[in-house]
Amino acid sequence: MNHNQRDWEVHPPYLYPDYKSTVFRAPSKPLIPMKHTLSESTGPVYGQESVGKYDNDLTKNGIRNGEPLGERIVVSGRILDIDGRPIKNTLVEIWQANAAGRYIHKVDQHNAPLDPNFFGGGRCVTDENGRYTFMTIKPGAYPWGNHPNAWRPNHIHFSLFGSNITNRLVTQMYFPGDPLLQYDPIYQGVPEKARHLLVSQFDLSLTQPDFALGYNFDIVLRGHNATPFENQ
Amino acid sequence: MTQTPSQTVGPYFAYGLSPQQYLYNHTSIASGNLRTSNTQGEPITIKGRVLDGQGNAIPDAMIEIWQADAKGQYNPTDSDFKGFGRFGTGTDPEAQFIFQTIKPASVDGQAPHITVVVFMRGLLTHAYTRLYFSDETAENQKDIVLSTVPEERKNTLIAQRQETPEGIVYQWDIVMQGEQETVFFDV
Repeated sequence: MNHNQRDWEVHPPYLYPDYKSTVFRAPSKPLIPMKHTLSESTGPVYGQESVGKYDNDLTKNGIRNGEPLGERIVVSGRILDIDGRPIKNTLVEIWQANAAGRYIHKVDQHNAPLDPNFFGGGRCVTDENGRYTFMTIKPGAYPWGNHPNAWRPNHIHFSLFGSNITNRLVTQMYFPGDPLLQYDPIYQGVPEKARHLLVSQFDLSLTQPDFALGYNFDIVLRGHNATPFENQ
Repeated sequence: MTQTPSQTVGPYFAYGLSPQQYLYNHTSIASGNLRTSNTQGEPITIKGRVLDGQGNAIPDAMIEIWQADAKGQYNPTDSDFKGFGRFGTGTDPEAQFIFQTIKPASVDGQAPHITVVVFMRGLLTHAYTRLYFSDETAENQKDIVLSTVPEERKNTLIAQRQETPEGIVYQWDIVMQGEQETVFFDV
Protein backbone atom coordinates (compact mmCIF):
# COMPACT_ATOMS: atom_id res chain seq x y z
CA MET A 1 0.00 0.00 0.00
CA ASN A 2 1.39 3.36 -0.98
CA HIS A 3 1.20 6.02 1.71
CA ASN A 4 -0.38 8.45 -0.71
CA GLN A 5 -2.84 6.08 -2.38
CA ARG A 6 -5.94 7.58 -3.96
CA ASP A 7 -8.57 7.72 -1.23
CA TRP A 8 -11.65 6.08 -2.73
CA GLU A 9 -13.71 7.08 0.30
CA VAL A 10 -13.60 10.68 -0.91
CA HIS A 11 -13.30 10.43 -4.70
CA PRO A 12 -16.43 9.75 -6.76
CA PRO A 13 -16.84 6.28 -8.27
CA TYR A 14 -16.46 5.86 -12.02
CA LEU A 15 -20.04 4.67 -12.47
CA TYR A 16 -22.63 7.05 -11.04
CA PRO A 17 -25.78 6.48 -13.16
CA ASP A 18 -27.51 9.71 -12.07
CA TYR A 19 -24.78 11.41 -14.09
CA LYS A 20 -25.72 9.86 -17.40
CA SER A 21 -22.43 10.31 -19.21
CA THR A 22 -20.77 7.90 -16.78
CA VAL A 23 -22.85 4.97 -18.03
CA PHE A 24 -20.86 4.22 -21.21
CA ARG A 25 -17.61 5.84 -20.15
CA ALA A 26 -16.90 4.39 -16.70
CA PRO A 27 -14.31 1.61 -16.62
CA SER A 28 -16.22 -1.56 -15.69
CA LYS A 29 -13.41 -3.87 -14.64
CA PRO A 30 -11.64 -3.47 -11.30
CA LEU A 31 -8.54 -1.25 -11.30
CA ILE A 32 -5.28 -3.15 -10.96
CA PRO A 33 -3.26 -1.95 -7.95
CA MET A 34 0.16 -0.60 -8.86
CA LYS A 35 3.16 -0.14 -6.60
CA HIS A 36 4.79 3.16 -7.38
CA THR A 37 7.98 3.25 -9.43
CA LEU A 38 10.08 6.19 -10.54
CA SER A 39 7.43 6.81 -13.21
CA GLU A 40 4.86 7.56 -10.50
CA SER A 41 7.13 9.43 -8.07
CA THR A 42 8.04 12.00 -10.74
CA GLY A 43 5.96 14.49 -12.67
CA PRO A 44 6.06 17.57 -14.86
CA VAL A 45 7.22 20.82 -13.30
CA TYR A 46 5.63 24.07 -14.40
CA GLY A 47 6.88 27.13 -12.53
CA GLN A 48 6.63 30.89 -12.85
CA GLU A 49 7.95 30.77 -16.43
CA SER A 50 4.67 29.19 -17.55
CA VAL A 51 2.55 32.08 -16.33
CA GLY A 52 2.01 35.40 -18.13
CA LYS A 53 1.33 38.81 -16.57
CA TYR A 54 -2.48 38.75 -16.38
CA ASP A 55 -2.93 34.99 -16.32
CA ASN A 56 -4.21 35.09 -12.73
CA ASP A 57 -6.58 38.00 -13.35
CA LEU A 58 -9.60 36.90 -15.38
CA THR A 59 -11.11 40.37 -15.06
CA LYS A 60 -8.24 41.63 -17.23
CA ASN A 61 -7.00 38.80 -19.44
CA GLY A 62 -9.97 38.86 -21.81
CA ILE A 63 -10.55 42.58 -22.11
CA ARG A 64 -11.29 43.96 -25.57
CA ASN A 65 -13.24 47.18 -25.08
CA GLY A 66 -14.23 47.41 -21.42
CA GLU A 67 -14.62 45.60 -18.12
CA PRO A 68 -16.24 42.18 -17.93
CA LEU A 69 -19.74 42.15 -16.46
CA GLY A 70 -20.66 40.44 -13.20
CA GLU A 71 -19.62 40.29 -9.59
CA ARG A 72 -15.85 40.54 -9.13
CA ILE A 73 -14.44 37.97 -6.72
CA VAL A 74 -11.07 36.96 -5.32
CA VAL A 75 -10.56 33.20 -5.19
CA SER A 76 -7.60 32.13 -3.12
CA GLY A 77 -6.45 29.15 -1.12
CA ARG A 78 -3.57 26.88 -0.24
CA ILE A 79 -2.46 23.72 -1.98
CA LEU A 80 -1.41 21.21 0.68
CA ASP A 81 -0.37 17.59 0.76
CA ILE A 82 -2.09 15.00 2.96
CA ASP A 83 0.41 15.73 5.73
CA GLY A 84 -0.61 19.39 5.69
CA ARG A 85 2.58 20.64 4.07
CA PRO A 86 2.25 23.45 1.52
CA ILE A 87 3.00 22.53 -2.09
CA LYS A 88 5.06 25.44 -3.34
CA ASN A 89 5.62 26.58 -6.89
CA THR A 90 2.98 24.32 -8.41
CA LEU A 91 0.80 25.29 -11.34
CA VAL A 92 -2.93 25.91 -10.84
CA GLU A 93 -5.11 26.16 -13.95
CA ILE A 94 -8.75 27.30 -13.89
CA TRP A 95 -11.60 27.76 -16.36
CA GLN A 96 -15.20 28.82 -15.91
CA ALA A 97 -18.39 30.22 -17.39
CA ASN A 98 -19.04 33.97 -17.46
CA ALA A 99 -21.49 35.78 -15.16
CA ALA A 100 -24.39 34.79 -17.41
CA GLY A 101 -23.53 31.09 -17.25
CA ARG A 102 -22.03 30.87 -20.74
CA TYR A 103 -18.69 29.29 -21.62
CA ILE A 104 -16.62 30.74 -24.42
CA HIS A 105 -16.12 27.16 -25.66
CA LYS A 106 -17.34 26.75 -29.24
CA VAL A 107 -19.44 23.71 -28.31
CA ASP A 108 -21.46 25.56 -25.64
CA GLN A 109 -24.78 26.47 -27.24
CA HIS A 110 -26.54 27.74 -24.10
CA ASN A 111 -28.74 30.69 -24.98
CA ALA A 112 -27.05 33.20 -22.69
CA PRO A 113 -24.79 36.04 -23.82
CA LEU A 114 -21.05 35.81 -24.25
CA ASP A 115 -19.15 38.64 -22.63
CA PRO A 116 -16.76 40.21 -25.15
CA ASN A 117 -14.47 41.16 -22.26
CA PHE A 118 -14.33 37.82 -20.47
CA PHE A 119 -12.35 34.79 -21.57
CA GLY A 120 -12.72 32.57 -18.50
CA GLY A 121 -9.37 30.77 -18.40
CA GLY A 122 -6.43 31.49 -16.14
CA ARG A 123 -3.43 30.06 -14.35
CA CYS A 124 -0.99 30.87 -11.59
CA VAL A 125 1.77 29.28 -9.52
CA THR A 126 1.59 28.82 -5.74
CA ASP A 127 3.87 30.86 -3.48
CA GLU A 128 6.14 29.73 -0.63
CA ASN A 129 3.10 28.97 1.53
CA GLY A 130 1.37 27.01 -1.19
CA ARG A 131 -1.07 29.86 -1.77
CA TYR A 132 -2.66 30.74 -5.09
CA THR A 133 -4.85 33.77 -5.82
CA PHE A 134 -7.10 34.59 -8.76
CA MET A 135 -9.21 37.64 -9.48
CA THR A 136 -12.25 36.73 -11.51
CA ILE A 137 -16.01 37.12 -12.03
CA LYS A 138 -18.49 34.94 -10.20
CA PRO A 139 -19.63 32.33 -12.74
CA GLY A 140 -23.34 31.89 -13.46
CA ALA A 141 -25.37 28.69 -13.31
CA TYR A 142 -26.29 27.07 -16.60
CA PRO A 143 -28.67 24.38 -17.84
CA TRP A 144 -27.47 21.05 -19.21
CA GLY A 145 -29.11 18.01 -20.72
CA ASN A 146 -28.52 15.38 -18.06
CA HIS A 147 -32.15 15.27 -16.92
CA PRO A 148 -35.23 17.52 -17.23
CA ASN A 149 -34.56 21.01 -15.87
CA ALA A 150 -30.97 20.18 -14.94
CA TRP A 151 -28.78 23.13 -13.90
CA ARG A 152 -25.14 23.09 -12.94
CA PRO A 153 -24.42 25.03 -9.73
CA ASN A 154 -22.01 27.96 -9.99
CA HIS A 155 -18.53 26.50 -10.19
CA ILE A 156 -14.94 27.05 -11.24
CA HIS A 157 -12.93 24.17 -12.74
CA PHE A 158 -9.48 23.59 -11.23
CA SER A 159 -6.53 21.59 -12.55
CA LEU A 160 -3.57 20.80 -10.26
CA PHE A 161 -0.21 19.10 -10.71
CA GLY A 162 1.35 18.83 -7.24
CA SER A 163 4.60 17.01 -6.63
CA ASN A 164 4.28 14.05 -9.00
CA ILE A 165 1.95 12.54 -11.58
CA THR A 166 -0.06 10.68 -8.91
CA ASN A 167 -0.97 14.08 -7.44
CA ARG A 168 -2.71 15.12 -10.64
CA LEU A 169 -6.19 16.40 -9.82
CA VAL A 170 -8.98 17.99 -11.80
CA THR A 171 -11.87 19.21 -9.69
CA GLN A 172 -14.53 21.90 -9.36
CA MET A 173 -14.96 24.59 -6.72
CA TYR A 174 -18.50 25.46 -5.65
CA PHE A 175 -19.96 28.39 -3.69
CA PRO A 176 -21.46 28.24 -0.19
CA GLY A 177 -25.22 28.06 0.10
CA ASP A 178 -25.87 27.24 -3.55
CA PRO A 179 -29.37 25.68 -3.71
CA LEU A 180 -28.47 23.78 -6.89
CA LEU A 181 -25.88 21.59 -5.16
CA GLN A 182 -28.50 19.20 -3.83
CA TYR A 183 -29.75 18.52 -7.38
CA ASP A 184 -26.38 18.22 -9.12
CA PRO A 185 -25.29 14.63 -9.85
CA ILE A 186 -21.70 15.67 -10.51
CA TYR A 187 -21.41 17.12 -7.00
CA GLN A 188 -23.60 14.41 -5.48
CA GLY A 189 -21.35 11.76 -7.03
CA VAL A 190 -18.80 12.57 -4.34
CA PRO A 191 -19.28 10.47 -1.18
CA GLU A 192 -21.36 12.50 1.24
CA LYS A 193 -18.71 12.94 3.91
CA ALA A 194 -16.34 14.60 1.43
CA ARG A 195 -18.71 16.90 -0.48
CA HIS A 196 -18.11 19.91 1.75
CA LEU A 197 -14.45 19.83 0.67
CA LEU A 198 -15.53 21.14 -2.74
CA VAL A 199 -17.40 24.15 -1.37
CA SER A 200 -15.40 27.35 -0.98
CA GLN A 201 -15.85 29.56 2.07
CA PHE A 202 -16.72 33.22 2.03
CA ASP A 203 -13.75 34.96 3.65
CA LEU A 204 -14.04 38.59 4.68
CA SER A 205 -10.26 38.85 5.01
CA LEU A 206 -9.87 38.04 1.32
CA THR A 207 -12.31 40.71 0.16
CA GLN A 208 -10.92 43.86 -1.40
CA PRO A 209 -12.90 46.75 0.09
CA ASP A 210 -14.99 48.66 -2.45
CA PHE A 211 -13.87 46.21 -5.15
CA ALA A 212 -14.36 42.44 -4.80
CA LEU A 213 -15.70 39.73 -2.48
CA GLY A 214 -13.36 36.93 -1.36
CA TYR A 215 -13.68 33.15 -1.29
CA ASN A 216 -11.17 30.70 0.14
CA PHE A 217 -10.72 27.24 -1.38
CA ASP A 218 -7.95 25.00 -0.03
CA ILE A 219 -7.00 21.88 -1.99
CA VAL A 220 -5.33 18.78 -0.59
CA LEU A 221 -3.29 16.65 -2.99
CA ARG A 222 -1.75 13.28 -2.32
CA GLY A 223 1.82 14.48 -1.87
CA HIS A 224 5.00 12.44 -1.85
CA ASN A 225 5.05 8.80 -0.97
CA ALA A 226 6.51 8.97 2.53
CA THR A 227 7.62 5.36 2.58
CA PRO A 228 9.23 4.73 -0.81
CA PHE A 229 11.40 1.86 0.44
CA GLU A 230 8.36 -0.30 1.01
CA ASN A 231 7.87 -0.29 -2.72
CA GLN A 232 11.14 -1.93 -3.60
CA MET B 1 -5.68 15.66 5.92
CA THR B 2 -8.36 14.45 3.54
CA GLN B 3 -7.70 14.51 -0.18
CA THR B 4 -9.83 16.95 -2.16
CA PRO B 5 -12.31 14.93 -4.23
CA SER B 6 -12.00 14.77 -7.99
CA GLN B 7 -14.63 16.10 -10.41
CA THR B 8 -15.03 15.62 -14.13
CA VAL B 9 -13.06 17.83 -16.51
CA GLY B 10 -16.41 18.41 -18.28
CA PRO B 11 -17.00 19.17 -21.96
CA TYR B 12 -15.49 22.69 -21.99
CA PHE B 13 -11.90 22.22 -20.84
CA ALA B 14 -10.29 23.13 -24.17
CA TYR B 15 -9.96 26.90 -23.84
CA GLY B 16 -8.54 26.52 -20.34
CA LEU B 17 -6.26 23.50 -20.69
CA SER B 18 -5.39 23.14 -24.38
CA PRO B 19 -6.28 26.52 -25.90
CA GLN B 20 -3.74 26.64 -28.72
CA GLN B 21 -4.69 23.22 -30.04
CA TYR B 22 -8.31 24.40 -30.22
CA LEU B 23 -7.33 27.82 -31.63
CA TYR B 24 -8.31 29.94 -28.64
CA ASN B 25 -6.36 33.10 -28.04
CA HIS B 26 -4.43 31.89 -24.98
CA THR B 27 -1.10 30.12 -24.62
CA SER B 28 -0.91 26.41 -23.78
CA ILE B 29 1.50 24.97 -21.23
CA ALA B 30 1.62 21.66 -23.08
CA SER B 31 0.55 20.20 -26.40
CA GLY B 32 0.72 17.00 -28.43
CA ASN B 33 4.22 17.87 -29.58
CA LEU B 34 6.81 16.96 -26.97
CA ARG B 35 9.95 17.08 -29.09
CA THR B 36 12.02 19.62 -30.98
CA SER B 37 14.47 19.00 -33.79
CA ASN B 38 17.17 18.86 -31.10
CA THR B 39 15.54 16.16 -28.97
CA GLN B 40 17.61 12.99 -28.82
CA GLY B 41 15.99 9.65 -29.42
CA GLU B 42 13.83 7.91 -31.98
CA PRO B 43 11.03 10.24 -33.16
CA ILE B 44 7.67 8.53 -32.93
CA THR B 45 4.00 9.41 -33.28
CA ILE B 46 1.41 7.92 -30.95
CA LYS B 47 -2.12 7.83 -32.29
CA GLY B 48 -5.37 6.36 -31.15
CA ARG B 49 -8.97 6.87 -30.24
CA VAL B 50 -10.83 6.72 -26.95
CA LEU B 51 -13.80 4.37 -27.31
CA ASP B 52 -16.88 4.27 -25.11
CA GLY B 53 -18.92 1.22 -24.09
CA GLN B 54 -20.87 1.38 -27.35
CA GLY B 55 -17.76 1.49 -29.50
CA ASN B 56 -18.07 5.16 -30.35
CA ALA B 57 -14.97 7.34 -30.54
CA ILE B 58 -15.13 9.98 -27.79
CA PRO B 59 -14.52 13.50 -29.17
CA ASP B 60 -14.25 15.33 -25.83
CA ALA B 61 -11.55 13.40 -23.98
CA MET B 62 -8.27 14.89 -22.82
CA ILE B 63 -5.24 12.63 -22.76
CA GLU B 64 -2.03 13.45 -20.90
CA ILE B 65 1.23 11.56 -21.16
CA TRP B 66 4.29 11.52 -18.91
CA GLN B 67 7.48 9.85 -20.02
CA ALA B 68 11.22 9.54 -19.64
CA ASP B 69 13.64 10.68 -22.32
CA ALA B 70 15.85 8.55 -24.56
CA LYS B 71 18.31 8.06 -21.68
CA GLY B 72 15.63 6.90 -19.28
CA GLN B 73 15.57 10.15 -17.31
CA TYR B 74 12.54 12.05 -16.07
CA ASN B 75 12.84 15.84 -16.00
CA PRO B 76 16.31 15.72 -17.57
CA THR B 77 18.38 18.74 -16.65
CA ASP B 78 20.55 18.57 -19.76
CA SER B 79 17.84 19.05 -22.38
CA ASP B 80 14.60 20.86 -23.08
CA PHE B 81 12.60 17.63 -23.22
CA LYS B 82 9.81 18.06 -20.71
CA GLY B 83 8.27 14.61 -21.13
CA PHE B 84 4.71 15.86 -20.63
CA GLY B 85 2.05 16.08 -23.32
CA ARG B 86 -1.62 17.00 -23.38
CA PHE B 87 -4.04 16.57 -26.27
CA GLY B 88 -7.80 16.83 -26.61
CA THR B 89 -9.64 14.53 -29.00
CA GLY B 90 -11.88 17.33 -30.30
CA THR B 91 -9.76 18.67 -33.15
CA ASP B 92 -9.03 15.52 -35.17
CA PRO B 93 -11.81 14.47 -37.61
CA GLU B 94 -11.56 10.89 -36.32
CA ALA B 95 -11.38 12.03 -32.68
CA GLN B 96 -7.85 10.72 -32.35
CA PHE B 97 -5.25 11.83 -29.83
CA ILE B 98 -1.92 12.44 -31.54
CA PHE B 99 1.43 12.83 -29.80
CA GLN B 100 4.70 13.63 -31.53
CA THR B 101 7.38 12.47 -29.14
CA ILE B 102 10.41 10.21 -28.83
CA LYS B 103 10.51 6.64 -27.66
CA PRO B 104 11.51 6.59 -24.00
CA ALA B 105 14.31 4.37 -22.75
CA SER B 106 13.91 1.86 -19.96
CA VAL B 107 13.63 3.29 -16.42
CA ASP B 108 14.81 1.33 -13.37
CA GLY B 109 14.77 -1.97 -15.24
CA GLN B 110 11.18 -1.56 -16.38
CA ALA B 111 10.23 -1.99 -20.02
CA PRO B 112 10.00 1.31 -21.90
CA HIS B 113 6.58 2.77 -21.19
CA ILE B 114 4.58 5.97 -21.00
CA THR B 115 2.20 6.94 -18.20
CA VAL B 116 -1.19 7.94 -19.61
CA VAL B 117 -3.87 9.91 -17.75
CA VAL B 118 -7.40 9.98 -19.16
CA PHE B 119 -9.93 12.75 -18.50
CA MET B 120 -13.35 13.33 -20.03
CA ARG B 121 -16.92 14.39 -19.49
CA GLY B 122 -18.55 11.44 -17.73
CA LEU B 123 -15.39 10.48 -15.89
CA LEU B 124 -15.71 11.86 -12.36
CA THR B 125 -12.20 10.74 -11.50
CA HIS B 126 -9.38 10.52 -14.03
CA ALA B 127 -8.05 7.11 -15.03
CA TYR B 128 -4.40 6.02 -15.12
CA THR B 129 -2.99 3.55 -17.59
CA ARG B 130 0.33 2.78 -19.28
CA LEU B 131 1.42 2.45 -22.88
CA TYR B 132 4.03 -0.20 -23.76
CA PHE B 133 5.66 -0.85 -27.14
CA SER B 134 5.01 -3.85 -29.41
CA ASP B 135 8.67 -4.09 -30.46
CA GLU B 136 9.86 -4.62 -26.87
CA THR B 137 8.59 -8.17 -26.42
CA ALA B 138 11.50 -9.36 -24.27
CA GLU B 139 11.45 -6.30 -22.02
CA ASN B 140 7.67 -6.43 -21.74
CA GLN B 141 7.81 -10.02 -20.53
CA LYS B 142 10.05 -9.01 -17.61
CA ASP B 143 8.23 -5.82 -16.66
CA ILE B 144 7.15 -5.65 -13.01
CA VAL B 145 3.94 -3.74 -13.71
CA LEU B 146 2.86 -5.71 -16.78
CA SER B 147 3.45 -8.90 -14.80
CA THR B 148 0.59 -7.91 -12.48
CA VAL B 149 -1.83 -7.77 -15.43
CA PRO B 150 -3.78 -10.90 -16.40
CA GLU B 151 -2.26 -12.46 -19.51
CA GLU B 152 -5.36 -12.00 -21.64
CA ARG B 153 -5.52 -8.27 -20.90
CA LYS B 154 -1.86 -7.34 -21.48
CA ASN B 155 -2.50 -6.62 -25.16
CA THR B 156 -4.68 -3.65 -24.16
CA LEU B 157 -1.55 -1.84 -22.99
CA ILE B 158 0.66 -2.51 -26.00
CA ALA B 159 0.84 0.04 -28.80
CA GLN B 160 1.43 -1.45 -32.24
CA ARG B 161 4.44 -0.21 -34.15
CA GLN B 162 3.82 0.73 -37.78
CA GLU B 163 6.32 2.05 -40.30
CA THR B 164 4.54 4.66 -42.41
CA PRO B 165 5.58 7.34 -44.91
CA GLU B 166 5.27 9.88 -42.08
CA GLY B 167 7.61 7.85 -39.86
CA ILE B 168 7.17 5.45 -36.96
CA VAL B 169 3.60 5.42 -35.67
CA TYR B 170 2.43 3.55 -32.61
CA GLN B 171 -1.28 2.82 -32.80
CA TRP B 172 -3.10 2.43 -29.51
CA ASP B 173 -6.79 2.81 -28.69
CA ILE B 174 -8.06 3.38 -25.18
CA VAL B 175 -11.22 1.34 -24.56
CA MET B 176 -13.26 2.53 -21.59
CA GLN B 177 -15.55 -0.49 -21.20
CA GLY B 178 -16.23 -4.05 -22.29
CA GLU B 179 -14.38 -7.16 -23.41
CA GLN B 180 -11.38 -5.25 -24.74
CA GLU B 181 -11.42 -2.70 -21.91
CA THR B 182 -8.03 -1.11 -21.41
CA VAL B 183 -6.37 -1.98 -18.13
CA PHE B 184 -6.59 0.96 -15.74
CA PHE B 185 -4.42 1.06 -12.64
CA ASP B 186 -5.07 2.15 -9.09
CA VAL B 187 -1.96 4.30 -9.02
